[in-house]
Amino acid sequence: MNIRIIPKLDIKNHNLVKGINLEGLRVLGNPRQFAEKYYNEGADELIYHDVVASLYQRNNLSSLIKNTSENIFLPMLVGGGIRNTDQVETILNSGADRIFLNTAALDNPPIIDNIVKKYGSSTLVISLEVVKSNEKYICRKDFGREETNKELIDWAKEVELRGAGEIIVTSIDSDGTGLGFDLNIAEKLSNNIKIPFVINGGISSIKQIDQLLNVSNPSGIAIGSAFHYGNIDRDFVKQNSLDGNIEFLNKKQKYRNFGKLKIQAIKKHLNKKFKSN
Amino acid sequence: MNDVAILNFNMGNLFSIKCALNYVGLKAVVTDDFEVIKNSKSLIIPGVGAFPEAMKRLKEKKLDSAIYDCNEKGKIIVGICLGMQLLFSESNEIKKTKGLNLIEGEVEKFSEKKSSNTKASFNVGWNKIRTKKFKKNSSYVSDLDKKDMYFIHSYYVKPRIQEIKTSTSFFYKKEFISSVKKDHIQGFQFHPEKSGECGIQIYKKLKINLEYKK
Repeated sequence: MNIRIIPKLDIKNHNLVKGINLEGLRVLGNPRQFAEKYYNEGADELIYHDVVASLYQRNNLSSLIKNTSENIFLPMLVGGGIRNTDQVETILNSGADRIFLNTAALDNPPIIDNIVKKYGSSTLVISLEVVKSNEKYICRKDFGREETNKELIDWAKEVELRGAGEIIVTSIDSDGTGLGFDLNIAEKLSNNIKIPFVINGGISSIKQIDQLLNVSNPSGIAIGSAFHYGNIDRDFVKQNSLDGNIEFLNKKQKYRNFGKLKIQAIKKHLNKKFKSN
Repeated sequence: MNDVAILNFNMGNLFSIKCALNYVGLKAVVTDDFEVIKNSKSLIIPGVGAFPEAMKRLKEKKLDSAIYDCNEKGKIIVGICLGMQLLFSESNEIKKTKGLNLIEGEVEKFSEKKSSNTKASFNVGWNKIRTKKFKKNSSYVSDLDKKDMYFIHSYYVKPRIQEIKTSTSFFYKKEFISSVKKDHIQGFQFHPEKSGECGIQIYKKLKINLEYKK
């Protein structure tokens, strides 16, 4: 099985945004344009994450997903603020293939069973957003804003038991840094759960991917900053009146840590590494 | 007249299929109306979910008769994922359930294996399709040997007649049949509408076939 390379697009009010440690979200442009670039570059899947939805308890992505489906023929995993099966239905009907939950599952774990029963395990992904605190990994909700008392592995096992098909785990400490994913998290998940998991946060080089694969066997690798900063549309500000933090775009800054990692280069490297079936 | 009727029994990603058909220039409609299906040149049976529930809904909506009607008229029928499985005689998913029986054979579950710590009971992701050996059975996938397609399933088909195979794929070390063709019926275990440009090729082939049939 090939390891999926998955661009992760965080969305706030119709803009593509990216932060560091899930904070300080910068507007980077029109998500639709980024998605199209990633499709043409050979992405295996796309993630759309409405990052403010959880706070407002609604998911705003339907029109974006519909619009994307028109000429981007890739599996789409969508989440952020999903709280009930009606919302799941709306998102799946818009062209998404799978949905992910974080806050709603932590608040009300039986929602996992309900969604699995209605749509099957393969439709449901649970997102674990964790911070390291006193040598433990603790799950957070509301896009990293709120602590919970759930420890990573305990919760991952419960989620597995309730029938989730896959996990996506975000290391909040690694997110947006480009310094690599927290290998402890990957190793712990590999050793403790049987369902596949996608890792998210911090990956910006092929070397880091090799390090990750030395200690774990993720089913996918989600990447944000390392792809996005290579694709910024400098004219976006001129064309659009935007809300949010557009300072970065206005100043025409470059972000030195990012921008050189390409999907094709990763896939070529992985193919060589695994001599895929 | 619509080129393609996409059968709506509230299971599966119908919108993406419609988008893919429109993209290649086919006129498609999502419908559960017998008359609309009768007035379409071809039929796509989509499907995500469980086999028994899908059969139940097909029957409730009397869509099974619509499918048989298309078959009798020799229209092109395409089954995708669960939609392909429904064409078979029966499935063991949850409970033994009779299918549409347009293709003889059964639908079975991948056995759980402990390979590299992973619970190998369902297949989500990209796998190559191997079509070379089945060129004789000329199909929409004939030219797509070793191309990656997107799969999401835990059951696979076992046709009684092996000659209907048009491709096989591997899930871990298990080789399974990933597409079939019997007369005017073609089935794909993967999702062409989610498999990038290679998947779109399949819809383009459908278009060419529909034009040829005219």
